[in-house]
Amino acid sequence: MDATVAQTGTEGKTWGGGNRPLNASYGKMMMWFFIVSDALTFSGFLASYGFSRFKFIDSWPIADEVFTHFPFLHGVDAPMYYVAFMTFILIFSSVTMVLAVDAGHKMQKNKVIIYLFLTVIGGLIFVGSQAWEWATFIKGDYGAVETNGGKILQFLDKDGNRVAIGEFATTLPSTSVTHTEGNGIWYMEGGTETSFNYEEVKAGFLANENLLIRDQELVPDMAALRASDLEADKQEVARLERSYINLDEIGEKAIYSREMSVSKLVNDGKLVVEGANLKHNEYGTPLFADFFFFITGFHGFHVFSGVIFNLIIFFNVVIGTYERRGHYEMVEKVGLYWHFVDLVWVFVFTFFYLV
Amino acid sequence: MAHDHKLAIFRGLITFKSNERKIWGVFAFLSVVTVVEVALGIIKPEVLTENRFLAMKLLNWIFIVLTLVKAYYITWDFMHMRDEVKPLRRAVVWTAIFLICYLVLILLIEGDYIYEVYKNNYMKFTF
Repeated sequence: MDATVAQTGTEGKTWGGGNRPLNASYGKMMMWFFIVSDALTFSGFLASYGFSRFKFIDSWPIADEVFTHFPFLHGVDAPMYYVAFMTFILIFSSVTMVLAVDAGHKMQKNKVIIYLFLTVIGGLIFVGSQAWEWATFIKGDYGAVETNGGKILQFLDKDGNRVAIGEFATTLPSTSVTHTEGNGIWYMEGGTETSFNYEEVKAGFLANENLLIRDQELVPDMAALRASDLEADKQEVARLERSYINLDEIGEKAIYSREMSVSKLVNDGKLVVEGANLKHNEYGTPLFADFFFFITGFHGFHVFSGVIFNLIIFFNVVIGTYERRGHYEMVEKVGLYWHFVDLVWVFVFTFFYLV
Repeated sequence: MAHDHKLAIFRGLITFKSNERKIWGVFAFLSVVTVVEVALGIIKPEVLTENRFLAMKLLNWIFIVLTLVKAYYITWDFMHMRDEVKPLRRAVVWTAIFLICYLVLILLIEGDYIYEVYKNNYMKFTF
């Protein structure tokens, strides 16, 4: 490491230059402070996620119900296994990175090459997994109907299992055509065409007596509510008992009675939603999808740039740049960044998928 | 400077023979913690979801504590914070912890307040 520090003849004088504050080189210290600022950016994202979630605490989508897919296991309900796998991949690539740094300290070039290569592979698997997760989320699985007020109506059978709209919607002869820019008023665009439109879902729902609807409201603690003497609470109990059939399941999503289901769908329904984008989200509030895209997207972008940095130093190691320089500190600095990406994922995993 | 690593973790309970072994040891520990988290997330034991401490489910407390434990070992052993001098460690860790706690506290209280307004006000979200 001495090779990097110029001998200026002022050794021992604190302000004379050539001194290393905090015993770390300039590059390493700056990487640490960059990480602090980046951590604040991510905490801003996650804290605003918490803000929105607290704001809609009784209608927020449950992560276990949203992310239930695993590649090649079609139709198998596998909540969170895939995210756990992704977490594991990222931690493991962190391990290979720190092993590369360790080998760098011992000036073992070939070991650094192998470990860096493994790190890059781990990073690529992670980014690919995230792309798959996004694709699955965007595609959606059951479909739902959005109301005029922006609520999401999801369909269930009598046993409380989800039913996909494709299973009951009837195909109506009247075909709807999507409005395009080239056809009519140029600044207006039609919405995305879904596999069934609202009228078809409505007709199918009315024809099938066994279907029920739920929105995102959760069943409150009924015992406490019934015991209350407040007039507002009594009205609330009356409203709940009029609307829902599963009031004994505290904390579960409340299911409308058949009668209420029909009236909800017919009076409030507006359009069919399949999957999620920034404006509509079949799993619940669109904010959930917005935060999912922004937080995992921003993190995925960090992983992607980390892979690029790793590739650059990988080739530098291969052609012997750091061997000639006499130290592998660059591997250590990029390593700090890479571990930080892992660190952020640990928090995203907890606050997006677990809590 | 960078070559001498502190090889003890868990406050000196386990001391590894080399830095490489310490890395694998920490990896094993982090994997176990992750497996525990996922298992709890899938099983969701009722004891933990129905009882609360400071208005939060015990299960969520466990998740958050385990996350902080993981964050500690990633920072201390993978990022070599353990080997840095104290002023650098404090400059990085305390700054981040203070600002993040402050931000989270303010935003969560505000979010809960808006929830109450939505819920108890005359304007109801029922259309």
